[in-house]
Amino acid sequence: MKPNTVAIVGAAETTDLGKVPGLSQLQLHADAALNTMADAGLGPADIDGVATAGESPVGVAHYLGITPRWVDGTGVGGCSFMLHVRHAAAAIHAGHCTTVLITHGESGRSQVGRAGYRSAPSSLGGQFEAPYGPVGPPTLFTLPVLRYMKDWGLTHEQLATVAVVQREWAARNPRASYREPITVDDVLSSRMIAYPFRKLQCCLVTDGGGALILTSAERARDFPQPVVTIVGTGESSETPMVSQMEDFTTSRAFRVAGSQAFAEAGITHSDVDHLMIYDAFAHLPIYGLEDLGFVGRGEAGAFIEERHTAPGGSLPLNTNGGGLSYMHSGMYGMYALQESVRQLRGTAPAQVEGAQVSIAHGVGGMFAASGTVVLTNQA
Amino acid sequence: MSDARRRALPVPTPETEHFWQGTAAGELRLQRCGACEQVYFPPRPFCPACASRDVEVFRASGRATLYSYVINHRPGPGFDAPHSIAVVQLEEGPRMMTNVVGCPQTPEALELDMPLEVTFEKMSDEIALPLFQPGASR
Repeated sequence: MKPNTVAIVGAAETTDLGKVPGLSQLQLHADAALNTMADAGLGPADIDGVATAGESPVGVAHYLGITPRWVDGTGVGGCSFMLHVRHAAAAIHAGHCTTVLITHGESGRSQVGRAGYRSAPSSLGGQFEAPYGPVGPPTLFTLPVLRYMKDWGLTHEQLATVAVVQREWAARNPRASYREPITVDDVLSSRMIAYPFRKLQCCLVTDGGGALILTSAERARDFPQPVVTIVGTGESSETPMVSQMEDFTTSRAFRVAGSQAFAEAGITHSDVDHLMIYDAFAHLPIYGLEDLGFVGRGEAGAFIEERHTAPGGSLPLNTNGGGLSYMHSGMYGMYALQESVRQLRGTAPAQVEGAQVSIAHGVGGMFAASGTVVLTNQA
Repeated sequence: MSDARRRALPVPTPETEHFWQGTAAGELRLQRCGACEQVYFPPRPFCPACASRDVEVFRASGRATLYSYVINHRPGPGFDAPHSIAVVQLEEGPRMMTNVVGCPQTPEALELDMPLEVTFEKMSDEIALPLFQPGASR
């Protein structure tokens, strides 16, 4: 591996996750940030860089009493935090700042102090998608999967198995929203949302937040937590309209971000001990496993069905229970990063023994953007 | 479908006006690059493949095949559930989102790669939406 330059020295989620009607969206950012500063033993005066999405970094910095000399408001959906990690690592390496706070907070369920997002009727999405009746992500993100199923033979049962396996992981996590075991039959008999997707193949809608603090790896040893360093990152975007994806069976953004992160890290797939793939819907781990190159085209459904990603399998995937069972506020990428950090610190509820390399792979919008972060605890 | 006037109707921009004028006149209009011959959608006054501004508008055949879809069971304004939200592969190459109409909204009736043809549904004085219905194979 190439020399490690930047580390994550603070990581925490909001004190409560799930249904948190007592906190506005901005306060969810702050609650996560305060927990993260405590985790790192730092205060607002120690932070000189701020990045966030969903809220303005100006508003978050002001609310927390931080005077930044580096600001990043990259907002490309739920993977924005992966991009913030990448941008912050570059900024710290370049000397633009020394200590970056990345925050996420979202009142996805309770909708307290949340602006929401809707495309303007004169935008391309407003003109060429909205008139046909999509009702948010469950009717847009899901659109490619029938093409994938026909081209690559993925079965309804395999697609259901994604949710079943992730519930097995969630059962090991006391903070997960849903922990009761489910079967393939349970998934396939749950309420139809947007054929072929049923309720248990769609993510939760919850409240919560999380934050990270990054600084140079040289300084990282002075902090209280085990050192987790950033060794590879990637990012990309494809289209703001899912209908205009180049190929409905593979994400160009996933492939570009993933291959860049692997190349930067100088690792191969067999080096990866733990993997997080943003799962707003059950097909995303299937696309992610293939587009990141862990399996060949058309192989991911069987790979999951054969329990390689399940507890005890060779590639533990979405070990917090994922967006399908752990939590999903709307922009879930922060929670994938948090679980990667927990696994490398050795503090995850469903700890992967001896995990040394973890990847957190995120998606933004409906296959619109992507970010990949490779982390290690091996300095 | 229920009161279609409640739908989220498009507001054309200068770059897309020709498309919506076309649908109102019963034509599906695409654009083609004069430099590299790429046919593309959605509208813009330059080619997304080679960036040339030498582009023309032309009337498409209206023939397509069903590329992928969902059947939405959570109706939005102007729709009765369940209804299809589909992406069709136009004969000329580009894909576009639409609704498949004129057939049952079921997986059995909506077969991927089935032939489709465009039909226009008037939504307001200005806007007609291009929808697709089962059509003859070529």
